[in-house]
Amino acid sequence: MNNSIFKIVLGRLSSGVSTLLIVSLVIFAITSLLPGDAAQQILGQFATPEQVAALRIQLGLDQPAPLRYLSWLGGLLSGDLGQSVSNAMPVSELMAGRLPNSLLLAGITTVIAVPIALLLGIASAMCRDRFLDRILNVCTLSMVAVPEFLVATLAVLIFAVHLGWLPALSYVSTVEGIGDFIRIYAMPVLTLCAVLVAQMARMTRAAIINQLDSPYIEMARLKGIGPLRRVLNHALPNALGPIANAVALSLSYLLGGVIIVETIFNYPGIAGLMVDAVANRDLALVQACAMLFCTAYLVLVLIADLCAILSNPRLRHQ
Amino acid sequence: MMGEPLDVRDLHVTAITPNGDEIDIVKQVSFSLTQGEVLALIGESGSGKTTIALSLLGYARRGCRISGGSIRLGESSILDLPPAALRDLRGHRVSYIAQSAAASFNPAKCLMEQVIEGALRHGVMSRRDAEAKAVELFRELALPDPEGIGSRYPHQVSGGQLQRLMAAMALITDPALVILDEPTTALDVTTQIEVLRAFKRVVRERGTTAIYVSHDLAVVAQMADRVLVLNGGEIQEQGDIDQILDRPSHPYTKSLLEAARPEERLTPPTLERQGELLRIDDWQVGYGQRDAQGIPAKVVLDDISLCLERGQALGVIGESGSGKSTLAMAVAGLTAHSRGEVVFNGQELSTTLRGRTPDQFRRIQMVFQSADNALNPAHNVERILTRPLRTYFKLDEEERRRRVRELMDLVKLPHSLLSRRPGELSGGQKQRVNLARALAAKPDLLLCDEVTSALDTVVGAAILELLVELRSKLGVSLLFISHDISTVRALCDDVMVLYKGQCVESGDCASVIASPQHPYTQKLIGSVPELRRGWLESRPSFASLEQDCVA
Repeated sequence: MNNSIFKIVLGRLSSGVSTLLIVSLVIFAITSLLPGDAAQQILGQFATPEQVAALRIQLGLDQPAPLRYLSWLGGLLSGDLGQSVSNAMPVSELMAGRLPNSLLLAGITTVIAVPIALLLGIASAMCRDRFLDRILNVCTLSMVAVPEFLVATLAVLIFAVHLGWLPALSYVSTVEGIGDFIRIYAMPVLTLCAVLVAQMARMTRAAIINQLDSPYIEMARLKGIGPLRRVLNHALPNALGPIANAVALSLSYLLGGVIIVETIFNYPGIAGLMVDAVANRDLALVQACAMLFCTAYLVLVLIADLCAILSNPRLRHQ
Repeated sequence: MMGEPLDVRDLHVTAITPNGDEIDIVKQVSFSLTQGEVLALIGESGSGKTTIALSLLGYARRGCRISGGSIRLGESSILDLPPAALRDLRGHRVSYIAQSAAASFNPAKCLMEQVIEGALRHGVMSRRDAEAKAVELFRELALPDPEGIGSRYPHQVSGGQLQRLMAAMALITDPALVILDEPTTALDVTTQIEVLRAFKRVVRERGTTAIYVSHDLAVVAQMADRVLVLNGGEIQEQGDIDQILDRPSHPYTKSLLEAARPEERLTPPTLERQGELLRIDDWQVGYGQRDAQGIPAKVVLDDISLCLERGQALGVIGESGSGKSTLAMAVAGLTAHSRGEVVFNGQELSTTLRGRTPDQFRRIQMVFQSADNALNPAHNVERILTRPLRTYFKLDEEERRRRVRELMDLVKLPHSLLSRRPGELSGGQKQRVNLARALAAKPDLLLCDEVTSALDTVVGAAILELLVELRSKLGVSLLFISHDISTVRALCDDVMVLYKGQCVESGDCASVIASPQHPYTQKLIGSVPELRRGWLESRPSFASLEQDCVA
């Protein structure tokens, strides 16, 4: 049994790695298509063509694209992400400064959003077509529909401006004590949760209802098993695969997709770093960030796949 | 706990249609059973037999509700019980054995856990006692490895075993009433006989009152003391099994009995044979990667040879997994054969679709088992029938319209159905359209894969009748694949028995069925229930040939 799981995981891993390779190629190709390059960016608008050409040679930009790709890839693999031109710092250092912030925000949001979403999804599925389900449906649908900048702005308006309970901006560097921590993170986390919970709850509801319609649930009911046990003990184990996938898709958004939240609350995360890098044509940084987001996404999907395999005895006991 | 008497009075079950109307799907059903009696509910799909069976557990499916009447089991009035008491009743005093055991077991939990779950939840016994009792029941139901089978998962045991495991699940609390809902319909006849025997023994030994739901009169004849014939949610006739079988009074019961014995009414037409149409020599068909010798990883059919003459009908019988459908697929070119050759109409046929000519496609047509899946639900009947005409013939608009109507006449469907979509047709009508679609190509050979299996007995019998008629009218050859020996006998000249991918016996239909030579054929034919009481007891046990091994 363990052998076959090992084989499946190995297969997934290798396909993940090859996907990453393709992604790296695409990222490199797209960033090379952007107008202007590092040499132009460093020297500014008034540089003479000769100066630009000289710097290009110095930076190795005159090399053919495949060679540049290989040397970039080699750098990635050895942990050298290159030099950020606009910040005059190694990319890895820049990212190391921001990544923990992003991971912390993502972590807190996950810890809060996932249980709430599962709870709401399961409750909704159990009360299908009844009052609670309808209310939850309306709520989650409107949460998915409302853009997050609106949620964030409203939150600021209410909690920071009107009530004055929370600071409008999240200065992570000034955190002192647990109370402060909660005050600073409350609004960004709330905003992110609003969207994520709604998405995940809807997917959970759909996955569970799909199982609740199956004959084995009817059989459990005819054995005199109560509704809670039917859902938790019978339906949930079979719905874990789809739910894990929905959760992974939602969570993958937490690293790269939170730019609006980072901007509104002035939160120093990695998404903001990438947007700045694009604006500054800081190609090495853009490439590194893009690779990071893709890796995170693939890892999450891999974990979801693993959950699906482990929860399915057909795959577990091949 | 012993069985308890059951009394059902004026039961009504109402369904709510999508546009909000309420219709009674069970009307004024009353019956009563004394302790230990077995009552069969007989009827076709839609007759309300499962709905009645479920309402005995105080349960109605989504969109339905029990709208009136009373159900008394012993001292308790089931329909008046509060939800908590009802939960305590289900899986304790009343238990249920569903048609599809494969779907009714939770795929994510091991079997023992599910078998004893009810007993544990109702606090009937401790886990240790429950497990010991389960093992005892497994042994009684003749399951292999009674100690170890509980730790397996549903996908690791065969269908017949799952069905018996479900019986163990139902009987673990020694219920007063057991409801068996088509418990053997999904099984092969050879498996069915063993499962029936096991069911009968455990129900009789415990003196349990039982309801046996089935569409198969021959099975019911083995199991029931009394029969209730249902149609459209109403009781047509009610009586002792002997009276129903020998002296049915209601015309509907008579039609059911007639449909159950197609070979008594129908005989294959006698046709002049006009030379060879299809010859298969030493065939091997399989799936998967081929090895160095060209043998596929999974060989489904091996050493198959057959010869089919023009106008002849060859029945292919065997149980599920015997490779009978694969035979049709390989003749149609959907699966490639890896050895041997096939000659059709004097020409060697290519192994795959790509190598075949349009004319060869036209001459070999397939009729699939499930018309629901074979017909495009988005097209109306006219479009479905026009499609093959466009593909194979150069006809003008007028001729095509005429031909479509001819086809409808051929399969005895009114022209008014031409504008309908498959979803608006009944099961029998869909199968007729399916047949007409194949006939549109004016084929020489029709490959019929279990074409009556998904239909009710009466409807299936009508389709069979149509096929007999089409044979004599059109002279088309048939490769008729079925698990049902009586349909083969009613339609086919010759028969071929497949077992594990090999042909174990073939020859003239009547003589093979009358005096089978191979032990497997004997077992297969001997396992088909006969419409008389005591047949089950008269059959020797085929346990020595038990092939019901771990899936």
